[in-house]
Amino acid sequence: MLDKTSEHSLQLPDPVRFRDVSLTINRQELIANINCTLEHTGVSVVMGPNGAGKSLFLRLLAGLLKPTSGTITGSYINAKPGTTSSLSMVFQDPVLLRRTAHANIAYVLHQQKCPEEQLAEKVGNALKTARLERQRETPARRLSGGEQQRLALARALVVRPAILLLDEATASLDPASTHIVEGMAADAAATGTKIIFVTHDVRQAKRVGDDILFIHEGRLLTHKSIHDFFRDPGSKEAQAYLDGRVPE
Amino acid sequence: MGEIADAFWIAFNLLLSFDKELYSIIGLSLKVSLSAVAISCALGFTIGAGLSVYRFPGHRLIIIILNALMGLPPVVVGLIVYLILSRSGPLGVLGLLYTPTAMIIAQVMLITPLVAALSIQMLEELHLEYDEFFRSLRLTNFAKMKTLLWDGRRGLVTVGLAGFGRAISEVGAVMIVGGNINHLTRIMTTAIALETSKGTLALALALGIILIGFSLAVNAAVMLLRSNSKGQRYA
Repeated sequence: MLDKTSEHSLQLPDPVRFRDVSLTINRQELIANINCTLEHTGVSVVMGPNGAGKSLFLRLLAGLLKPTSGTITGSYINAKPGTTSSLSMVFQDPVLLRRTAHANIAYVLHQQKCPEEQLAEKVGNALKTARLERQRETPARRLSGGEQQRLALARALVVRPAILLLDEATASLDPASTHIVEGMAADAAATGTKIIFVTHDVRQAKRVGDDILFIHEGRLLTHKSIHDFFRDPGSKEAQAYLDGRVPE
Repeated sequence: MGEIADAFWIAFNLLLSFDKELYSIIGLSLKVSLSAVAISCALGFTIGAGLSVYRFPGHRLIIIILNALMGLPPVVVGLIVYLILSRSGPLGVLGLLYTPTAMIIAQVMLITPLVAALSIQMLEELHLEYDEFFRSLRLTNFAKMKTLLWDGRRGLVTVGLAGFGRAISEVGAVMIVGGNINHLTRIMTTAIALETSKGTLALALALGIILIGFSLAVNAAVMLLRSNSKGQRYA
């Protein structure tokens, strides 16, 4: 389903590394001493209770927040959008421009200085992938919640990012839209895009993930393969989360 | 009551008889105000978008000053422009005093803070909404400004119309720098002031009715745009 005509060969040249990363805001340590390495490919799922720091983790990774201490390294950090090491992000509440669905996707391609002759084809493919061909000329904000999220994801993917961050992108979607979004993410992962997926949905994590990062109160408690995590969550907090209990 | 009825009658007669003098006054009023609004919008929108995107020390102070300048008394603006353009002033050599250009300059000084301040309010809100998306794309500030101005265009038209409303109804500044010279710098508001001072109240009122008609037309256009914007808000 993805645009296979791109000349970009995706895949990060080096993994993303968090080294002793902390974030303090208003004297409150919201992210505490995170160390982890995210490999080039596959789908990493970030889980944890509300307020654990999952979105902050993603924003640190995206460069939207600067860590108070520690370092985050990866070739994507200084990469321009649309280059082989670039990063795209889809937010829980999709940020859509006050334009049509078509113009929303064309916007990021314009910013990427995509040649005009390729633009129509790429936008068309992106809309097709998101199953929004009929809504092509519909103002983006008049789309339903599911359609908006699919459009935001299609727009994020059209620049063929090396990393795609999904911040609870399916939290408020119906099963059909969730299925489409997961399919789009899986297609992107299959063509080499690294996906980092924040979710609360345990079944979704099992469906889409290769590895899990479990964050609790700003601390990364577990980073394991999906299989290992569900066999042994590695901490009483993670076990309580999976059981639907508040940890003691 | 009789005077008001007379005024309406005179106003209709003047309009329907295509009175040359009246139409030249209306034409000049529109020329001066539309020119001033066009220049003010170019300046004010740029200032508004710039202040929405750039952050620097004194940023808040500039916004406070712009907000305060929204209520700038027209006669003070007129006086400042008069001092600048008078023969002994710094731009006296240009010989602009008592010309429509001087009136446009005065109106630009009067309207630009209003347009800029209203634009900031609108564009800051939009920028707040787009901020993380912009930063995830690593856009330049110039690209952000262009996007905000384009996506906020409907609201900005409303801002421009508000500026036009202030310009077309302004009298103090244009009276001082224009001098209300017949066939040269006389516009609707200065003509009303003159007719009132001459005691021809019916004619003054008739001109007032026509001016109010303009004002209503502007407000109707704003309302229409607003309702259209609401429908198209998400376009």
